[in-house]
Amino acid sequence: MQLNTQPNIPDPDGFYDELLAAHQGLTKDQSDALNARLILILANHIGDRDILREALKAAG
Amino acid sequence: MVGATYALAHKLYPYAPVADQAADVAVHHPVIIIGGGPIGVATGIDLAQKGTPALILDDHDGVGMGSRAICFAKRTLEIADRLGAGAEMVEKGVVWNVGRVFHGEGEVFDFNLLPEDGHRNPAFINLQQPYFEKFLVDALRRAEAEGKPIEIRGRNVVTGIRQDADKVTLSIDTPDGPYTLTADYVIACDGARSPTRDMMGLSFDGRVFEDNFLIADVKMTADFPTERWFWFEPPLANAPQSALLHKQPDDVWRIDFQLGWDIDREAELDPAKIRQRIDEFLPDGTAYELVWTSIYTFQCRRMERFRHGRVMFAGDAAHQVSPFGARGANSGIQDSDNLAWKLDLVLRSLAPDTLLDTYHAERAHGADENILNSTRATDFLTPKSEMSKIFRNAVLTLARDHAFARPMVNSGRLSVPCTYDGLPLNTPDALTGPARTRPGSPCPDAPLADGFLLDRLPGCFTLLALDTDPPDITEVGGIPIRTLRLHGADLTDALRDRYLGDAPHALYLIRPDQHVAARWPNADAATITTALSTATGQPCN
Repeated sequence: MQLNTQPNIPDPDGFYDELLAAHQGLTKDQSDALNARLILILANHIGDRDILREALKAAG
Repeated sequence: MVGATYALAHKLYPYAPVADQAADVAVHHPVIIIGGGPIGVATGIDLAQKGTPALILDDHDGVGMGSRAICFAKRTLEIADRLGAGAEMVEKGVVWNVGRVFHGEGEVFDFNLLPEDGHRNPAFINLQQPYFEKFLVDALRRAEAEGKPIEIRGRNVVTGIRQDADKVTLSIDTPDGPYTLTADYVIACDGARSPTRDMMGLSFDGRVFEDNFLIADVKMTADFPTERWFWFEPPLANAPQSALLHKQPDDVWRIDFQLGWDIDREAELDPAKIRQRIDEFLPDGTAYELVWTSIYTFQCRRMERFRHGRVMFAGDAAHQVSPFGARGANSGIQDSDNLAWKLDLVLRSLAPDTLLDTYHAERAHGADENILNSTRATDFLTPKSEMSKIFRNAVLTLARDHAFARPMVNSGRLSVPCTYDGLPLNTPDALTGPARTRPGSPCPDAPLADGFLLDRLPGCFTLLALDTDPPDITEVGGIPIRTLRLHGADLTDALRDRYLGDAPHALYLIRPDQHVAARWPNADAATITTALSTATGQPCN
């Protein structure tokens, strides 16, 4: 498996909306905490250390 | 120090003048051990049991005050069993399996170490270090009474050390003045501030952790369960970043508060201030007495080399870790276990001096593993940046409801012995067997029809034959080999699971320190001889 960096999310505008909505009304601290939890949940779902390493690299 | 009257320090080896001090020419000893702490005493007993004379010099005349190390792991107890001190430790110690993790006001989760069945010893015991040391000195005295060549001299302070091609010369100070000794080899077990290391001008580099921890050992008859309780950001005034509550014998409880870096050390050690913290921490009205308090900081560091010619460094003198994970004293005992048999063979001219280089290779590998684990635990306990704290707290929040986050919670990964993977004394694995007993691994204990496997692996090379008949070998080049044949009812399910897996039979060559040197389905005499040569650092032709 390789990190998929091609468009993969159906209805990207809808997802983006949901992401922003999740942060609606939060303070900066609350948003930071939410982002951290989200990263950990998604990372666990992926699980594959090689893909996670690629993702860290792609984000950096 | 508060409560310095706590009667747990033992005067065990009072100074007494010996003939060596009056000799005109420096008296020679095969091995001199500097430091009568747990590592020095364990190494001395191990050597003496093998018949190699060991002289221990200690700058005090007994076991120091204070609980200090409290958590001793199964591997340490197994080694102590071999040295004749394990049973007392387990009997006195507190066995625990359950831990609870809290964050702020609430509990995050609990865990059970779920120790595997079929081991003589528990996964961990809590025991104050003075007891641990006293039981070892008791074993030393028993060995001495049986005529084993072991001696410990109190208030013998090593003030100078120099070595040349064929010996080490030590200058020693005593209440009756100085004298000189020489030795083939010296083992420095003189602690994290090792004067020997300083006298030899050797460095001790690593990472300093900017944090202070307050230890308060309190005596109370409390109704808490025998569990390890760890709080991140406990809801207390003065906001310590973490707190720990853990039971020891004699109704003593270890309480540990993480105070941060910028503190007024003297003010924090004021008994009134400490009581204030504890009163708030414990349920209202709990009566207790302070038995030992201390503030410690720590570093993770090790010497570049544990061997310098004829001088070997072991325990905290060679490497230092944070206390989270119980990897200090426990790894030092493994150093001792690794070094004693090698030194014994070299002194008997049964193995080349270069075998001692593998002491560094194997134990530096262990120290690096411990430092890595300890550093990671410390980074979780003491986040070093705003973002690392955000992630740490995200893990703790998620761990309440989501199992996946619990393995990321790190309040110390508890000490397990390392496997000497890829190191030169191993013979490549020739058995399709369980990974946990591959060459380099410490032998896991297992039940036999009657008793336990490790009790049958005393401190010499052993051929462990499982449902197979190995060739008759009793020695190779003067190095004795015992054979332990197990058939029938001795091949318990647990033993099969740990040593055979899917293999129908197997032959293991096990080192004196109970690490696997080689394994095969079966082997002929030449193959075994080659593996033994490899395991003792001899050139194979």
